[in-house]
Amino acid sequence: MELLAVFPPLFGFLIAALFGKQIGDKGAQFVTCAGMIVAALAACSLFFTVILAGHPYTAVLSEWITSGDFNVSWALRIDQLSVVMMCVVNIVSACVHVYSVGYMGHDDHKARFMAYLSLFTFAMLMLVSADNLLQLFFGWEGVGLCSYLLIGFWNHKHSANAAAVKAFVVNRIGDFGLALGTMAAFVVFGSVEFDVMFEQAGAVAENTIEFFGFELHALTLICLLLFMGAMGKSAQLGLHTWLPDAMEGPTPVSALIHAATMVTAGVFLVARMSPVFEYAPDALMVVAVVGASTAFVAATIGMTQFDIKRVIAYSTMSQLGYMFFALGVSAYSAAIFHLMTHAFFKALLFLGAGSVIHAMSNEQDMRKMGGLYKKIPVTYALMWVGSLALAGIPPFAGYFSKDIVLEAAWADHTWFGNFAYWAGIAAAFMTAFYSWRLILMTFHGPPRAHQKVMKHIHESPAVMLAPLFVLATGAVLAGFIFYGGFVGGSHHGAESGHEEVAQEHHEEEGPHQETFVVTKDGVHKKEEAEGHRIAWDKESFWGESLFVKDENDTVDAAHGAPFWVKKMPLLVGLLGIGLGYLAYMFFTGIPVTVVRIFKPIHTLLFNKWFFDELYDRLFVKPAFKIGNVFWVKGDQNTIDRLGPDGIARKTLRTAGMLSRFQSGYVYQYALVMMIAVIGIVSWFVFRGGYG
Amino acid sequence: MIDFNLVPLLPELFLAMAAMGLLIVGVAHGNSVTPVICWACAAALVVASFLLFGMSWEKQIVLNGMFVFDNFAGFMKLLIILGLITTLALSVKYLEQERISRFEYPVLIVLAGIGMMMMVSASNLLALYMGLELQSLSLYVLAAFNRNSLRSAEAGIKYFVLGALSSGMLLFGISLIYGFTGSIDFGVIRGALEGLEAIPFGVTFGLVFILAGLAFKISAVPFHMWTPDVYQGAPTCVTALFAIVPKVAAIGLLMRLLYEPFLPVHDQWMQIIYFVSLGSMVLGAFAAIAQANIKRLLAYSSIGNMGYALIGIVVGTPEGAGAVVLYILIYMVMTAGVFAIVLGMRRDGIAAEDISDLSGLSKTNPIQAYAMAIFMFSMSGIPPLAGFFGKLFIFQAAVSAEFYVLATLGIMTSVVAAYYYLKIIKVMFFDESIEAFDKDIPFARRVVLFVAVAFLLVFVIRPEAIVESAQNAAAVLFT
Repeated sequence: MELLAVFPPLFGFLIAALFGKQIGDKGAQFVTCAGMIVAALAACSLFFTVILAGHPYTAVLSEWITSGDFNVSWALRIDQLSVVMMCVVNIVSACVHVYSVGYMGHDDHKARFMAYLSLFTFAMLMLVSADNLLQLFFGWEGVGLCSYLLIGFWNHKHSANAAAVKAFVVNRIGDFGLALGTMAAFVVFGSVEFDVMFEQAGAVAENTIEFFGFELHALTLICLLLFMGAMGKSAQLGLHTWLPDAMEGPTPVSALIHAATMVTAGVFLVARMSPVFEYAPDALMVVAVVGASTAFVAATIGMTQFDIKRVIAYSTMSQLGYMFFALGVSAYSAAIFHLMTHAFFKALLFLGAGSVIHAMSNEQDMRKMGGLYKKIPVTYALMWVGSLALAGIPPFAGYFSKDIVLEAAWADHTWFGNFAYWAGIAAAFMTAFYSWRLILMTFHGPPRAHQKVMKHIHESPAVMLAPLFVLATGAVLAGFIFYGGFVGGSHHGAESGHEEVAQEHHEEEGPHQETFVVTKDGVHKKEEAEGHRIAWDKESFWGESLFVKDENDTVDAAHGAPFWVKKMPLLVGLLGIGLGYLAYMFFTGIPVTVVRIFKPIHTLLFNKWFFDELYDRLFVKPAFKIGNVFWVKGDQNTIDRLGPDGIARKTLRTAGMLSRFQSGYVYQYALVMMIAVIGIVSWFVFRGGYG
Repeated sequence: MIDFNLVPLLPELFLAMAAMGLLIVGVAHGNSVTPVICWACAAALVVASFLLFGMSWEKQIVLNGMFVFDNFAGFMKLLIILGLITTLALSVKYLEQERISRFEYPVLIVLAGIGMMMMVSASNLLALYMGLELQSLSLYVLAAFNRNSLRSAEAGIKYFVLGALSSGMLLFGISLIYGFTGSIDFGVIRGALEGLEAIPFGVTFGLVFILAGLAFKISAVPFHMWTPDVYQGAPTCVTALFAIVPKVAAIGLLMRLLYEPFLPVHDQWMQIIYFVSLGSMVLGAFAAIAQANIKRLLAYSSIGNMGYALIGIVVGTPEGAGAVVLYILIYMVMTAGVFAIVLGMRRDGIAAEDISDLSGLSKTNPIQAYAMAIFMFSMSGIPPLAGFFGKLFIFQAAVSAEFYVLATLGIMTSVVAAYYYLKIIKVMFFDESIEAFDKDIPFARRVVLFVAVAFLLVFVIRPEAIVESAQNAAAVLFT
């Protein structure tokens, strides 16, 4: 089953890439979509056998590297965490594959596009099913490559190429950290296999390691280096600049790679390494602070942008910040829960935006939209669903996951936990605001587009809408169905306190619920008198795949948070929506006035806090300058002139000289022979040793 | 005691009689029967090779120490016969096309072949000289075979004059050796040299002259000056002969001479061959770059290749000797293939000889272009083609005997040489195509082409089969 969940995308890629011409666009689309759907179903079936039945396992495919005491095998680690990721990746990817058939209908390179999508999915599956850091690195680089290829898919556009290069280069910085972290892990643990590392993590918690001449706490160093990789991939503050530019790629790519899956690889990495991170509290603190700052900064930028995809991109970045500060306060399960719900509603938003763009003949600027809701009502409704989920309004998925993330941050009772909570609350307010700004600017008000464009507007075809419905279902239901399993349930240590809390949530979720009591040896469905109730046990849901020290278990503590802590996110979400309506529906003069009053702040936000300019000044320009020096002075004028070019010129000159030597006169030839003989004899005479 | 056992000479005797008989047939029927005589000569060579296989390859010395037959001689003779048959197969059609189809041609080739076979079997300095001269005289005539062509006649004369000079040097050297050791028999010379406390200057002097004479035959620098002119001037089929076969015989002769009688003066001859090898590699690589005529280019290429073969001789170990034999074998196959292409370079019945004539061959005749590309890649030593292994074993032998300078320079010059081999590929595949060559490629030439390509490609699969027999052949010299 695990093979069926992982390899169909690879075959889809191979067939579409190698035989794309032979089987035609239709064939390539069919093969890749079919492969993805099969993989998605297989992943769902794994969900039942691995998570509900509690049977994680590792399937070794083959030996990979055996060199001295360094052994790595190619294995699929099928545990609860990777199965959750596989389900998310495969389902969203299947939706995006199908959607792409419609969205890319007018493109000339459909087979290539589908092939890249499938290759990406395979690489992502390699990443999440990795059994060791090296295989993870392989998948990590694989998704990076596909991201590069897909951002630059429209390679006739200069901006797309530049964005692709930027994404690749910025990610390299993170990848460098990941590679160093892997090496450091090998030094400390003597292995890069997860099982070995996790077993030893407690034992080596006090070890130090020398790094550039400093004695550092070994696990903190490893974790920070790994986190550097995660920052690059997941666009955390500092290494985030590539993500908005990545929107140059086709919209399905943005939905799959830059919202639902690849960018969450960093979150997955930290969650996967939770047994190590748990022993590196300083690293966790850094993770929390960076995550919280990202959530806040990205949200502020999101409020000022006009490109519909960029707004969603900044919202993605902001939501990734939520996941990271959840990780930082040891609420790994909450982070993964938010990852899962976010994948659904963010992919929905992106594909919905894609549907709008498709309808508007590739217009992305919200200032040129407006008044669309009557013309594309289905897309409009679906965007509402996605936005409600994003803003955290019950009973949509985002409400459950965002709340538990914020509650866990509060329950950490540390300065960075509090910082994360308040930054998160502020971001939640802004999120709701810019979501409604997007909806109102796009769908309401007078149409601002050209008449010709307006005439052409049409609802997207069924092949594009069907995946949207699947994702919308996830965005609506994923929250309360999975709440109990991912983060809720009772904890054996403090049963009494949390039972009520869980109850409270369930009551909000309505009457149609089932109860699973999951134990190690199977699933028992327990039916209760009032219907079906879900009360999964977090402990058995995750099994051994996530590790939290008892004293750090903020998810359990979160259930006991005060009432105002729990209701605050919802309150600010509603406030944000209300403000959005005020500013963009009823009193449309407000935004202009606000912008005029807070001119400097707006400039700062509108220019994305000047990160790009700063990097350009600090790194890009000097790098070009240094490169120029090396290129012209070092390479052309020194190495080439003395090296290849110089030698080549010398060679040609020698050749000419030697062939001139060949005069054609016999007497000269004879003379050369005689001189040679005399020369050799003289050599022996002068060397001496003869009597 | 008079030793008159002629059994080991059977192939040579048979070929001599066949040559005489076919000469008579030719005289009786005139030039119209040239193709028949060609194929008859080829058949005689095939028979001679069967005779070789039928004989005992144990070492035996007959005719009072004049003639030796052993594993090494047998192996080299097989190579020579193979080369001669290939040349004949390549020539038949070409002779007709150039209107020089005269019956003396195949007979001369067979006579030269007898000389070469004598050379690798010589066990006496005079037997050596006799074989050498029989070969050379036949080749002088062949070089000037197209007597209506000024260039061909000039080539013949040049070759003859300089060849006579080198023969003179050789004889002078032989007389010196005789004077200082008292014998011309290989075994006796060796015994005498081993008995000497210090090597007298006369011996070294004689050695220099003998080696100068022999270096001329393998066209090693600085006795190479004739090569480009003769290669260019002689009819192309004769050039093919020059490039393929006499080198085998001369290298075989050189190896026997240096490893058997002159092994005690290894220190002396090593310096000479070292210098000659180095010079050949460098000149072969650099001078070829400036050539526009493909026959001249191949002349320099053969000079360079002899330089590599000489590395193996300098090393002076059985390993090195085996590498030389293997190298010569592979070189022979590659050269035969290249000449099969060059002989086919004709437009409207006129031979084209410039590298630029190959422009765009990949479009006008892709099969030939790919075959040529394989030969060129192999010549420049690119794995997995056979040419790579030839060089590999030579350099391995040099490195294991600690001749690092020679090995390094060998690799560097082969990089330079790769330039002009690759240039030919570039011309064929990337230049504007010009008018196609004539299409009528005779069957025999196709066979040569096919066998050569197949050999170069397949060698990598089971190299040990050929490598071992080459090693075994060479090992005999050291017992």
